[in-house]
Amino acid sequence: MKNTVGHPLKKYFRGEINYTTCSGCGNGIISQSILRAIDEIAIIFDQIAFVSGIGCSGWIPSPSFNTDVLHVTHGRSIAFATGLKLAAPQMKVIVCAGDGDTGAIGGNHFIHAARRNIDLTVVCVNNGIFGMTGGQVAPTTPYNSVTTTTPYGSIERPFDLSNLAIAAGATFVARWTTYHARSLKNSIKKAIEHKGFSFIEVISQCPVQYGKVIGMRNDPVSMLMHYKECAVNINKAKNMSADELKDKIIVGELVEKKNIPELTDEIKRLRREASRK
Amino acid sequence: MKNKKNIERKTDFIQGNIACAEGAIAAGCNFFAGYPITPASEIAHYMSRKMFEVEGTFIQTEDELAAIANIVGASWGGNKSMTATSGPGISLMLENIGLAVVTETPCVIVNVQRGGPSTGSPSVAFQGDMLQPKFGSHGEYQIIALAPSSPQEMFDFTVEAFNKAEKYRIPVFILADSLIGHMRERVDFPLDDEIILEERKKLKNYQGIHQKIFLDENVAPMPIFGEGLKANITGSTHKEDGFRNVSDPKIMDTAIKRLSNKILKHKEDIIAVEEKYLEDAEVAIFSYGLVYRAVLETVNIARNQGLKVGSFRPITIWPFPQEQVEELSKKVKTIIVCENNLGQIYPFVKAAANGNAKIIFLPPKILGALYKQEEILNKIKEVIS
Ligand SMILES: Cc1ncc(C[n+]2csc(CCOP(=O)(O)OP(=O)(O)O)c2C)c(N)n1
Ligand code: SF4
Ligand SMILES: [Mg+2]
Repeated sequence: MKNTVGHPLKKYFRGEINYTTCSGCGNGIISQSILRAIDEIAIIFDQIAFVSGIGCSGWIPSPSFNTDVLHVTHGRSIAFATGLKLAAPQMKVIVCAGDGDTGAIGGNHFIHAARRNIDLTVVCVNNGIFGMTGGQVAPTTPYNSVTTTTPYGSIERPFDLSNLAIAAGATFVARWTTYHARSLKNSIKKAIEHKGFSFIEVISQCPVQYGKVIGMRNDPVSMLMHYKECAVNINKAKNMSADELKDKIIVGELVEKKNIPELTDEIKRLRREASRK
Repeated sequence: MKNKKNIERKTDFIQGNIACAEGAIAAGCNFFAGYPITPASEIAHYMSRKMFEVEGTFIQTEDELAAIANIVGASWGGNKSMTATSGPGISLMLENIGLAVVTETPCVIVNVQRGGPSTGSPSVAFQGDMLQPKFGSHGEYQIIALAPSSPQEMFDFTVEAFNKAEKYRIPVFILADSLIGHMRERVDFPLDDEIILEERKKLKNYQGIHQKIFLDENVAPMPIFGEGLKANITGSTHKEDGFRNVSDPKIMDTAIKRLSNKILKHKEDIIAVEEKYLEDAEVAIFSYGLVYRAVLETVNIARNQGLKVGSFRPITIWPFPQEQVEELSKKVKTIIVCENNLGQIYPFVKAAANGNAKIIFLPPKILGALYKQEEILNKIKEVIS
């Protein structure tokens, strides 16, 4: 009998799909981290729904993941996920979004979902650029970067998406890079099990579009090594000065708040109150 | 849990917007998402209380982009969902209305129209958004739209809107005028067992990754999320199984044609028109919504004066009742089109008549101030003499 080795995550894939992701893209590591987290929680895959928008990140679950997947318009994934979660609160709803999706066109949905503390898990692929559309500046691109729409260098300061989530009221926030695949998986696990709005920011390599901005074109390995060098854990960062933290990426679980009312629970409470009247 | 109150016959004197909300509840709506805007806000006010009483959900979203996204998401979660807004809100929703069409998502969208463009005149009656739901989102598509002309019809047509949305897996619009939304009038509520409800065809069990869940001209079954059906839903061009293909023109061709035919092939079931005094009429007046009320009164007066005039009223604006108007154009000599705008539906009447009858457009002298009876009556007399 022939020995065949099956990938342990293959069972989660719809199959018969041609992948369009560039080689070396961080999306593969992120896909695996999400699926490994789900595998370890041992939750039935059918109980998880994925929602994604437009951008390379949107193709992480759609159509690859073999469960309910809703692939929507650019920037609106969190808003569609909100309606879905409210209608089907028994489901775990995971959003895969890009940094442009989350920080540019869909910024409003992002902060309001955090404010509502609705039980969604948002995995935001922050590659610092508009990957899909050809390497234009994103609201996360570092100051003075040369991109396809900032030939003289970008003149706007970038958003810190995790801090934005925290300020808006997210109750679980973690940031990792694709170099930290195992920690990323562990935080995604926690985020899925967390009751409330959880935000996972993944600093991820886009060797094609962002690689050229930082002189690492088509060189994903250098990008990953760069993440390794720049990353500082939040516990260590707490004792470092702003100067020391310049150009560093603070990673780790940044916020975990428990016992904050969650939106679908609040809605159940209103239904009970309405029925008593 | 069903609303238990309609087991006794009930009549009320209520606002059109409230009648609309009541119609939604009677149709089984259990999800409302919206962003406040005059002249539609009363629907949200009412639903913010009622939705929880029927174990449903109300959410005031951050904007209308989110409102439409929420109702589409909720529909995939198995709810009957709706939003209500006015023109500016529809303008914001348009991209996701296209997504609702292409993902074949049942939902109801109410536009209580105001004067426009832009912020316009929020409470002035205007039929300025008649083309917007049909042509506003990019690409080529069909939707269904109904135009009520009384609070009673705000109730009845909203029930009908849910039924058609469920039956055809499509967004259905209520195109009301601000004065219909705000008008108070007698509304007779049907008994519970008098309301016939259409429920969506659902996929019952998972049939493999190539299961047919889209692009059936007779409506494919919908895989509701959370039932293990592994729904593969995308706003990108896709095949019957939901798999994306954005490069093959043949696949796009099939998708666009099937989506359109899903509606156009069932026009007979979808389209409703109301005809009055047309048997011997020489002149027909084409009108809808608020304007129809003035037209019908004028036609009654004209008939009393022996003038051979009748009324043709599309209840369904989209798909446009092309065949019915063509029939009409063969019966009468002249069709006068009365709309409270600068002639939005008029070109469609003209095209459908195809030279069979003379088509005249008669807007009110002052848009939004509506017609004086003489304006219409004088035109009828002028045409007949
Ligand atoms: C309304 C709208 N505007 C613009 C676009 C074009 N568009 C597609 S993806 C994208 C940006 C993608 O950037 P990001 O969200 O960071 O995702 P990435 O591709 O980097 O993963 C843009 C501008 C669109 N699809 N829809
Ligand atoms: S363009 Fe960048 S983000 Fe998109 S698939 Fe290629 S490497 Fe990944
Ligand atoms: Mg990006």
